[in-house]
Amino acid sequence: MNSIQKNRLKDRLFMYWGMFSTLIGLVLLVVFIGDILIDGLGIIDWSFITNLPSRKAEKAGIYTALMGSIWILFLTAFIAIPVGVAAGVYLEEYSKKNWLSGILEINISNLAGVPSIIYGLLGLEVFVRIMNLGASVLAGSLTLSLLILPIIIVATREAIKAVPKSIQDASYALGASKWQTIWHQILPASGGGILTGVILALSRAVGETAPLIVVGALAYVPFAPDNPMDEFSVLPIQIFNWISRPQHGFIENAAAAIIILLGITFIMNGIAVYFRNKWQKKWK
Amino acid sequence: MSFSKKNHEHHKINRSFMNKKITIIIAMTLLIMSCGDKKDRAEGNSKEGTTLSGTIKVDGSSTVFPVTEAVAEEFRTVQPKVKVTIGVSGTGGGFKKFSRGETNISNASRPIKDKEKAACAENNINYLELEVAYDGLAVLVNPKNDWVDSFTVEELKKIWEPAAQGKIMKWNQIRPEWPNEEIHLFGPGVASGTYDYFTEAIVGKSGSSRGDFTASEDDHVLVQGIAGDKYSLGFFGLAYYTENKDKLTLIGVHNGEKVVKPTLETVSNGTYSPLSRPLFIYVNSTSIKQPEVIEFVNFYIENAGELSKDVGYIPLPTDNYAKQKENFKTFVESNK
Repeated sequence: MNSIQKNRLKDRLFMYWGMFSTLIGLVLLVVFIGDILIDGLGIIDWSFITNLPSRKAEKAGIYTALMGSIWILFLTAFIAIPVGVAAGVYLEEYSKKNWLSGILEINISNLAGVPSIIYGLLGLEVFVRIMNLGASVLAGSLTLSLLILPIIIVATREAIKAVPKSIQDASYALGASKWQTIWHQILPASGGGILTGVILALSRAVGETAPLIVVGALAYVPFAPDNPMDEFSVLPIQIFNWISRPQHGFIENAAAAIIILLGITFIMNGIAVYFRNKWQKKWK
Repeated sequence: MSFSKKNHEHHKINRSFMNKKITIIIAMTLLIMSCGDKKDRAEGNSKEGTTLSGTIKVDGSSTVFPVTEAVAEEFRTVQPKVKVTIGVSGTGGGFKKFSRGETNISNASRPIKDKEKAACAENNINYLELEVAYDGLAVLVNPKNDWVDSFTVEELKKIWEPAAQGKIMKWNQIRPEWPNEEIHLFGPGVASGTYDYFTEAIVGKSGSSRGDFTASEDDHVLVQGIAGDKYSLGFFGLAYYTENKDKLTLIGVHNGEKVVKPTLETVSNGTYSPLSRPLFIYVNSTSIKQPEVIEFVNFYIENAGELSKDVGYIPLPTDNYAKQKENFKTFVESNK
């Protein structure tokens, strides 16, 4: 009797503790977003999106930074997805489980934890200087691709692991080759999980500043890139630049640019959730 | 200045997406105006008349960035086809690229160091240093602080020098009549040029100070810190004071003759000493082969006075700009 009451009390205490822990994150997010919205929402209009950077806060816009971010986003996706997914498929389906694959696995997990500025230094030396790409959108995208590859590889492997073995066996039983099984069965079945990983990785890439500053992304560019070899700026750099200005108008601009950046990541996460739900139902 | 008025008009039209013809006409008027006095040079260098194109790469100090950004923004109205790009690698990072010949112009919040000079010499890079504006470092306390009216450099040194760490902790250790209360120090992060300059001017050695103060790379944090603490003392760029006058009290510094507060006038004429510093741009001599760089630098010197005020800095005295312009002219002649 007494011990039952005790257990119930513990149960209840744990529930409150869990509730409190959940609320911390939620309250912080609400306060943060609320604060940003109050500061920045009034600033956002069409001219804010289409104007060039300016010394006058009220005239300044994010056009070149936004375009730079979009370029970086698509080019990074274009480079990182095929490589990352292929590596994930190979590791999960082809590679033999031996000490080499063990080392590979540990290394990939470790790479996911390397500070992003290190990737920036690597990108500066390899892409900007040795490959002579300059401080271009391409060099930036290659650097960010390296940064998010481990995330995509790990996500791909997890998604493939989650595909029921019966699907694979059935495919082989019908005489399909390994490639046919992967292409027609495993990839479609794990697509939701892979896509979730890819989009979360890209959301990270779009918010990165440090590696791009090292690679040589600029703070003021009066033109949007029109090819991968052009110089560029990105939203986080624009935000960082505005926050460090003394005039209050720039702080509001920074808040507005943060809203746009948040909007981009929210939309991307939304897409990820949508596809995960859509494609996961097939196997329930 | 008729230039800024026209320019304002130009942007208003641009913003409201009215017909582009007017914009072009204004741009051309500006272009013709600006070319009138530089006709001799333009003829010599540019085949297609006066419309220049090309890319000018600028990198370096984030302190100088707002001035160069403002100049680049205005330069677009004169030479819309010239692409000026500006990075913020910091003064040191900027010189690194400059000495490799990767940039045309380097922004710097301090003069070039011997090591950087050597790096330039190694790659046969000749350059010219130009002063473009001044920045004042403001010393600030909380508005509730009613005892401090001024500091001498010696007092500031006594507070900030490395030996003060753990020892100079109370206001009455500086002057006995000040309260027996803890002194709370705020200053920019040790990686900033502002910190370097302050320590150089006050302590006598760049980068050398006590470590037990609240440091932040974000000057807004310093403003908040000083504004919320009666016993605080801090320093940062004058522009941050100008934007937060109601929350802070500016303290004058004794320059050896009298107590001076930093203002547009005292920083510009040099009486606010030693806490005002010049901001520089460095121009690579091989870039002089590009007529758009000459045009840009001349435009920079001509407009830096007006534009530096816009972004919170202080213009040089007019005759100093004339001197910079003369220096640049000689530099261009000798590197042709």
